[in-house]
Formats: sequence, structure tokens, C-alpha cells
Amino acid sequence: MMRRLFNFSGGVRLREHKRESTVSPVTRAQIPEKIILPLHQHIGTPARPVVNVGDRVLKGQIIAKAGNNVSAPIHASTSGTITAIEDCAIPHPSGLPAPCIIIETDGRDEAVSHYGQSRDYHSLTAEQLRDEIKQAGIVGLGGAGFPSYLKLENKDHKITTLILNGVECEPYITCDQMLMRNHAIDIVNGLKIMQQALEIDHCIIAIENNKPKELELMQEAIYEAEADHIELVQVPTVYPAGGEKQLIQMLTGKEVPSQGLPMDIGIVCHNVGTAYAVTRAIEHNEPLISRYITVAGSVAKAKVLEVLIGTPVSHLIEECGGNRKTLSRVIMGGPMMGFALHDDEVPVVKTTNCILVNSVISDVPLPSRSNAAMPCIRCGACAEACPANLLPQQLYWYARAKDFDKVQDYNLFDCIECGCCDYVCPSQIPLVQYYRYAKSTIWQQEKEKVLSDISRQRHEFHNLRIEREKKEREQRHKQKRKAVAKTSSQDDKKAAIQAAMERVRKKRDQEHVQPKNIDDLTEQQRKLIEEVEARRKNKLEDL
Amino acid sequence: MKLNTPTSPHIHADISIRKMMSRVLIALVPAVITYTWFFGWGLLINMGIGIATALVCEFLMLKARKRPVHQFITDGSVLVTAALLAFCIPPLAPWWLMVIGVSFSVIVAKHLYGGLGYNPFNPAMVGYVMLLISFPKDMTVWLPPFILSELNFSFLDTLSAIFMGAFPLGFTLDALTAVTFLDLIKTQLNIDVTVAETKNTHAIFGDFGGIGWEWIGNWIFLGGVWLIYKKVISWHIPVAVLGSMFTIALIFYLKDPDHYASPMFHVFSGAAMLGAFFIATDPVSAATTTMGRVIYGIGIGILTYVIRVWGGYPDGIAFAVLLMNLAAPTIDYYTQPRVYGHKRNEP
Repeated sequence: MMRRLFNFSGGVRLREHKRESTVSPVTRAQIPEKIILPLHQHIGTPARPVVNVGDRVLKGQIIAKAGNNVSAPIHASTSGTITAIEDCAIPHPSGLPAPCIIIETDGRDEAVSHYGQSRDYHSLTAEQLRDEIKQAGIVGLGGAGFPSYLKLENKDHKITTLILNGVECEPYITCDQMLMRNHAIDIVNGLKIMQQALEIDHCIIAIENNKPKELELMQEAIYEAEADHIELVQVPTVYPAGGEKQLIQMLTGKEVPSQGLPMDIGIVCHNVGTAYAVTRAIEHNEPLISRYITVAGSVAKAKVLEVLIGTPVSHLIEECGGNRKTLSRVIMGGPMMGFALHDDEVPVVKTTNCILVNSVISDVPLPSRSNAAMPCIRCGACAEACPANLLPQQLYWYARAKDFDKVQDYNLFDCIECGCCDYVCPSQIPLVQYYRYAKSTIWQQEKEKVLSDISRQRHEFHNLRIEREKKEREQRHKQKRKAVAKTSSQDDKKAAIQAAMERVRKKRDQEHVQPKNIDDLTEQQRKLIEEVEARRKNKLEDL
Repeated sequence: MKLNTPTSPHIHADISIRKMMSRVLIALVPAVITYTWFFGWGLLINMGIGIATALVCEFLMLKARKRPVHQFITDGSVLVTAALLAFCIPPLAPWWLMVIGVSFSVIVAKHLYGGLGYNPFNPAMVGYVMLLISFPKDMTVWLPPFILSELNFSFLDTLSAIFMGAFPLGFTLDALTAVTFLDLIKTQLNIDVTVAETKNTHAIFGDFGGIGWEWIGNWIFLGGVWLIYKKVISWHIPVAVLGSMFTIALIFYLKDPDHYASPMFHVFSGAAMLGAFFIATDPVSAATTTMGRVIYGIGIGILTYVIRVWGGYPDGIAFAVLLMNLAAPTIDYYTQPRVYGHKRNEP
């Protein structure tokens, strides 16, 4: 059965550079001395630590629980001792530190008792599956890191199609490819579990046509798993065919509505890596503590490693024969959408798929854009390359002019930051950087607007209250005055004065007979007091 | 240790403005050779004058505008301006014509109008129109093909003609030149001579356009196709320009072949080919959306025809391009593509 494919507009063809890291087999990276686990490795609220400094933890043990709502727990990747829970450098474009749990490993790799126990999932309900997946800390391993259990819930049975993304369109990245090569059957089983959680029938696995070997292996795995309802589709090798929106468009001809989710058109997408992690979690009771990561670029031996989450990047670079002394730039992710690390001591996290190393004496030069950008000549190459069908030249123009209303009129927020426009720009303008700048400025402004709206409301309410109180006071005064005016006859006045004087007299009498708080005292005490009083009187008279 | 942290994407296609401009110049080479074959050394000399003038003007303007001189002067954009303008100037035109034209293009039409990327009009065409209006006589002394080679007019003779207005004994400029076929048809039509009669009685006509000119047109066409292949230009503008010109010419030709030249004649005459592939496609001043490019190209094709047939000038490409340059921003505004995930256009 051949599925008719649709085109997405734009896109670019890139040199793949995938061979280097796929010739040698995948190996397990050595356990590092130190594991650094950031509490925030996913989209949503950070996890909350449930261990203390000094605790010994075992592989697979939950060390941080999921926060509220959207979140994911974090497990110890290996056995060891918690040495610190503190702010550390994490892999983030900002280079800012964030809370992490640090484990000093003991090399014994001891696991919790239930770790790795096989079980049958067929009897589990969708709800139970989701909960297991949540407890295993599984997040979207394609890069976004959205907690997966949330994308396995089929509210009102709106979702009809599950797409498994094995496209991996960025150059250099090969971890999904190697995962399909080594664990095709587990991926297919993971897909079946996901399908069971979603309670749907229609599944598609998409693979780029530059991976014929993996396509064949996946096909065999589908037969083996007796899952021929799963449709295996080969898609053309064009960047960014692996982008969720582009893949959906290619496979179904449908477009995810602007500001919407694939769910809105009955589709949900998961990465092949996520499917594998689901199998490990559900069938083997292994939470997400390791993943495949490509290490490529200026290293002696580019390869895919199975890496414990939390392993420092420097450890991987050294393991692949890279020289840490000559590093010039280390990219986490692919060359198109990855970000450059500020520090190679940062750990790899759940969403890390590739470490791309660039050294000063580079064997693998990345032809970067020059620092001296030329003016935009409006050639429109960017618009032709844009997979979202935007007009990048206009976005650039208005972002540069800081005209943030106009830039939104040109649909800035539909930009997926794939970098195609930037890649083809003959003026070598850092276009994506301009869009990020515009987006973050707009977000900032919106935040400020919300705050200022709140304070304005408060101020308005304050004014309103003052006004109301003033009115009420006036009202009271008026009534009083009215009351006074009513009782203005002479007799009444006299009576009022009399009454007032009476009140005063009464008050004075009361003061005279005011009881002293000495009634409860003993005879002796009273005597003493009287003596004191007498002495004081005498003294006063002497003066 | 300090790592570099540039922003993504971390790779870039092997493309730059310099590369684009060099490709435009390379695409012109076959046409230049053909031109020289038919009409002598004049074009090359004019190009030399133009390029020298352009570089000097560019240097001075960049200095005056405090722009990084090396980065901008090596982008090659002034070379393209000078080369295109040289194509539009008669081969034996006096040297100062080229100097004035290029200076005006670079100083006024390029830098004073905003500099690279900001100039609203095609600088070469602004320079050309300025020359055409200011020096109509010098701008219309075209040569018939092969006349110089037949008369053994050497490179040195050409040099002295251009720089000193001095011709070898026995020659005058007037004796050498001839009216162009576009001009000829127009003037003949005014005295009620049909297109066919004009063509039959004058030897300067080839199969479609003028002898020599149609060959230059062929090479420009091939150069243009190469530019499309190399993705320096997109096919939309040339196809729209030539297509619309052909269509409108065909309509009138079918209606009255005596008074209207054939569509092939229009497409292969004057600066139509050069205009469609090399001038209208100037990215800075053209429309940039796909739909916008088509509309912009159609506008140029139709306006050129209108100016040629009913206007006061024999060729109209330059005026048509400038008029449509002015419309480009508005065209772009109204032809925004539908963005992914959006229902329809909301400009």
C-alpha cells in the first residue's frame, strides 16, 4: 500500500554527514564519576527533589518527583551518593545555571529491585499505561521534551492517527537511525503500547528515504510483531521533513492550525526514541535513565553512544577521542536548530540527541555564515526556503525596525526557527536570531502588560474606593446636619445640654469611685502600700 | 575555557552576494562576446570605462557614508550595474556618456536612494533613462552589424572614436550609424509603410529581430536560463515579462499584422531579453513574493509593449521597469502567501 505524499513548501537540501557516525556499532558510554541531573529537563514545571545530600541512591530510583500539572520525574541514572543539590551549569542557550541533583557514582551500577523486571502490559488499561509512562519520566525524545503521557491521552476520542517520527532530518544526527537499526522491534512494540494508551487504530511510521536499511528493518519488525496495521512510509530527504508540522503536512496534506496543536486535526506525533523508551518502561520496568546520542564533528571516532542521562558532555567528547583543549564550539543538537554550549561540563539531558564538536583545528569545518552581514537585497531566497510559507525578509525588516506589531502581522509566531531562511541568505544575515529577539521582546512586553494591567486595575479600584468613601462621608454629614436642623427648638437644646452635662457628671462620679486593683490583696500587703503612700505624701508636703 | 556560542543555524549554504553578482556577470559573458563579434570593440571599452567609474564612485560614496569599504566594494553589485548600463549604450558613444551614466547610477540611484538593499529603483535603468532624456542624440547612434569589421575598424580606431570623437580618415559617425529596427518600424508606420514592407526593404532584419541582435538575445536567454538553474534568479519574472509581452503582441498582430510587428519580433528586439532576465530580476527593486513577481513581470511586459507601440520612445523596457519598481512594495503587500496553518490571506 502506497500512501500519496504531499509537499510542504520550501525546505532545503543539506549535506547529511551521517555516514561517519553510523559505520561503527553503538556502544555504551562509560559511567562518569559525576552525574548531573537538572530538575528541569522537560517542558512544564521542574521536578521536586525527594532525596537529601548524603543519601545513597540506586539506579532507577526516583530522586525528584514530578511537579504540578505538566511535569516529569527524574531517576538516578546509576548508583551512587548524592553530593549536592544546587545550581549548576545546564545545557541551555542562555548559559544560566539551574537547580541540579549531583550524584557521585560508585561504579557498581546497582539498580532498584524491580528494575528490569519483564511484565505483560496487555492487561493494563489506558489510564494505567499513561501513569506508568509518566512515572518512568518519559518525555518527547525528539527534542521538545514534552511529557509524553500527556500526548497519549485521547480526550473525547478526537485523535485518530498516531505518527511515529523516524525522519531525523538534521545533518549529523543519527541516534534515531541507530536506534531503529538496533531496536526496531522494541520501537514497534512501543508504538503498539502507545496505540493501546490512545485507543486508536491508525498508526504511521515515517522514515526518510536516505535510511533504506532501517526502513527494511522496521518493515521486518512490523511483520514480526504482527502489526501490519502499522503503515510504514518513506518520505523524501528534505530538511525540515522531520518537523512535526511539515511531517503531518507531507503525510496527510493537512496543516496544524496556527497557534494550535496536531491534536486539533486528530493527529499526535511521537518520536521513535520515545516509543523505544515506552517499551523499556512498560515491558521491562526501566525508567528513562539513558538514551542514544550521536557524538560527531571534530572527534577521532564519531559514533552513537548509549549514554546515561546526566553524563557530562566533556566525558563523551573524550570518549570519542576529541581534544577538549582545542574546542572552539560544541553544539547540542543538530547544526540547524541546535544551540552552542557555553561550557562542556554541562550534562546531557533527556532531550539531547547529538553533540557536535568543532575544534580550532577542525577536521570537520562547519561553513558558518560570516560575521559581517550585508544588507538584505530582497532576493526572496528565504521566502522560497521557508517551510511555514512566511516572508522572512519582511519579518527581518520589521524585527530590525523593532516594529513589533507589524512583525506579528507577518505571523512571526508561526516561525518554527528551523533556520532554512538563514541558511540560504546570500547576505548572511542571522535571521533566526532576529526572530528570536523579536519573539522574546514581545513575550516580555506582554508579561509587562499583564503586570501593568493588574496594577492599573488596582489603581482604578483604589480611586473608586476613595471616591465611594468620600461620597459616603458626605452622605453621613448631610444626614447629621439634617438631624441637627430638625432639633433646633430652644427647649430641645436645653434638654440636650442638660443631658450632656448629666453624662459628664456621671462619668466624673464613676471616676471617683473607681475601684483600685488592690481588693484581692492580703492585709499585710495593704498595710505596706498604705505606708508607702503615707511616705510619699509626707515627701510631697516637705517639698 | 571559553567556547564560542553563535546562534543557530550553525551551517550556511555556500552563497553570498559576491557569488550571486559574479554569476550574473558570468552569465553575460557569451552575450558580450557575440555583441563584440557583431558590433566591434565598443561594448568592451564602454564596460571598462563603466567599471572604472563605478568603482571610483562606489569607493567615494562608501567613504562618505562611513561604510566598511572593502566589504561593500567587493560585493560586485556596481560591476553588474556598470556592465548592464554598457549594454544599453551605443558602442561608439563618447566616453563621458558612460561616465555620467554610471556616476548617476551609483551616486544617486544607488547610494543617495539608500544604498545596497534599499534603493527603490534599478540603478542601471535610472542611469540609462537619465542619459536617454538628457542626451537623446548620443544615445541613439546605433551601428548596423558587421559594419566595423567590414571597414577594418580596429580596436585603436574604436578607442580614439570613443575617447576623442576622432574617426579615421573618410569616416564620420553619421555615415556609420543606422536607425534601429524598433525605431525604423515606428517611423515607417507613421508614414503608412506596413511592418512587412519595412522588413523587406531594409537589410537589418533577421529572422525575428535585427540581424546580430537576435543572436545576442539568444545568448542572453541562455545566460538567463543558467542563472535560473543556479538559483540566482527565479523563473517567474522573466517568464512573466516575455510571456505577457508575447501575448499582448500576438493579440494585436493577429488583429492587424500590417500595423503591428509579430510577437517574436518584440520578444527578440531591443532590450527585451536583457530586461527580462537581467534587469527586471534585480532583487532589490523587484517584487519578492512569488505571486508578486508574476504580477510585476506582467506589468513590465505590457508596459514595454505599450511604450514601444504607442509611446514616444522606440524601446520601453527601462521605463517599464522603473514604473513597476515603484509598484513593487504595494504588490508585495497584497500578494503575501498563505502562511502554514492559516486559513486565507489576511494582509
